[in-house]
Amino acid sequence: MATATTTADTETRSGGAPNRKKVTIAKKRQYVAAYILVMPFFVIFVAMIMVPLAYAGYLSLFREQLVGGVSFAGFDNYTRAFGDPAFISGVARMALFLVVQVPLMLVLSLFFALALDSGMVRLSKFVRLGIFIPYAVPAVVATLMWGYLYGPDFGPFAQLAELLGLPTPRFLAPDAVLFALINVVNWEFIGYNMIIIYAALRSIPTELYEAGRVDGASEPRIAWSIKIPAVRPALILTVIFSVIGSFQLFVEPNLLRTLAPNAISSSYTPNMYAYTLAFVNQEANYAAAIAFLLGLVIMAMSYMVQLWNQRKESRG
Amino acid sequence: MSSSQPNIRAGADPTATSEPRDDTLDPGTRVGPIGQLRKDRPAPKSNLLTVVMLAITLGYFLFPLYWLVIASTKSNADLFSTFGLWFADFSLIENLRQVFTAQNGVFGRWALNSIFYSVVSAVGGTLLATAAGYAFAKYDFPGGKALFSVILGAIMVPTTALAIPTYLLFARAQLTDTYWAIILPSLVSPFGVYLMRVYAADAVDSSLIEAARVDGVGEIRIFFQVALRLLVPGSITVLLFTLVATWNNYFLPLIMLNTPEKFPLPVGLAQWQSTASAGSGAQAMFSTVITGSLVSIVPLILAFLFLQRYWQSGLSSGGVKA
Repeated sequence: MATATTTADTETRSGGAPNRKKVTIAKKRQYVAAYILVMPFFVIFVAMIMVPLAYAGYLSLFREQLVGGVSFAGFDNYTRAFGDPAFISGVARMALFLVVQVPLMLVLSLFFALALDSGMVRLSKFVRLGIFIPYAVPAVVATLMWGYLYGPDFGPFAQLAELLGLPTPRFLAPDAVLFALINVVNWEFIGYNMIIIYAALRSIPTELYEAGRVDGASEPRIAWSIKIPAVRPALILTVIFSVIGSFQLFVEPNLLRTLAPNAISSSYTPNMYAYTLAFVNQEANYAAAIAFLLGLVIMAMSYMVQLWNQRKESRG
Repeated sequence: MSSSQPNIRAGADPTATSEPRDDTLDPGTRVGPIGQLRKDRPAPKSNLLTVVMLAITLGYFLFPLYWLVIASTKSNADLFSTFGLWFADFSLIENLRQVFTAQNGVFGRWALNSIFYSVVSAVGGTLLATAAGYAFAKYDFPGGKALFSVILGAIMVPTTALAIPTYLLFARAQLTDTYWAIILPSLVSPFGVYLMRVYAADAVDSSLIEAARVDGVGEIRIFFQVALRLLVPGSITVLLFTLVATWNNYFLPLIMLNTPEKFPLPVGLAQWQSTASAGSGAQAMFSTVITGSLVSIVPLILAFLFLQRYWQSGLSSGGVKA
């Protein structure tokens, strides 16, 4: 029977008609198997991603009233969001964060990856691990550590400043706290991105740039003209993940808030705002609209990165 | 395109363990004489500048961890009165005792919860992703392409944007403040499916599947008895990353759970931290929070050290294929 399956299979490809019935049976069996294998994932995928997404969209079209319960609101929650200074300033703050943090992080990640790949670094295995290790530290612990380090009480920077008779550095002052956050996020993720880029660098066929070396091209020149173009897909991946990550920022500002309540408001990031709305203000419907909008902004940004990449690729 | 594939598979190669730096990550070193040259070339011009830059870089990344280790050995009073970057009286044992006995030993409970949440989510999520990835790679079935692009699109959906609606749904189903509230959402890894599809495409030879069919083996048994074994190295990468994601997750358990006995470590530690910084009366908590933080990062750092070849090769396949 199974033999018939394979012959049937080849005959379909060559356009043979006589065995069509067997073809469909064998094929059908494979289809069923494929569905059985995909089904468990897909059921949970639908339940945990599609349904909540749809539910957020649905909730966002309603509003609670103190009197009369829930009523249909159309797009009122969205118009409210666009006129809500707390939401708009949160998005603007994250845009600023993104513009500063992501390039800084990725340039450093790329630089370290290239340095390690060039073979000019001693103990490269140890260095690579040292840079990557922060990724294994939970964001909560990373923020706690940096929070203590920044702190005026027993932070070593404050202690050093006192020893030297300098004023205490105020990392958590309102105008500095965004950079304090950028530092924490960079510390956490430079290694992760470096590893992605490094792995891509390692899979470039050596012949590609060995010729350049023979011709006497310098290491930076080889990096710029051969290696960086070759790892573009990996770079794009890191850009997209970073965009997604930045806009979702929650843990780091939320924890630093206990140390710097004046510098970080409860609507400091859009995500913190959605959290405050849902769990402090009990405005679930408006919170759903904010979460939905945030998701849309992030997806739009990711697609823009991809589109820009494709256009560049087709031009190159 | 297929250049990424040897990376993962090299990760599974037991002969590669001795020198992971070159063998696991650079297929070139193992084949051509050019690659050989590259491997054998002595590290050139390590001048003063690169050494200094290296020291600064490593200093930056290891500095907070160094501080954490030092601070864990100090009593709460010494944290304030002695210099942060060097040891004072050694109180690590006392701190550890404090960590594990505070509030009737709730920290141990959090640690067990963290292990439970991350192991169950990682094992379950990896099995789901492996089966789905294999099916997408090896079967050309109606709707398969469409399903796969929906899943790919979902990689872009921010998990925190989902957390609030998921919480509201779970509240309706009375699932909040249960173990399910953490495990169910953590089982879904669209990126894992993508990685496994990429991996399965090359790791499982189609002729092997054909041969099993000829022998009369059913399709599902082919997956479990023939393919699964070949998919293990790729699966371990997915496992490791799901494990980390769940172990480190803070937002989801924060909103889902109310009972401290169900908290994972990050939520528990964050709660201790806010208690510690709230009032000077609770000052004794700082050394406990710090030592607890150290205890909570040790398992993952060890896991990463021991499973290096898996995460390094796994990341590469994601990066190269994207």
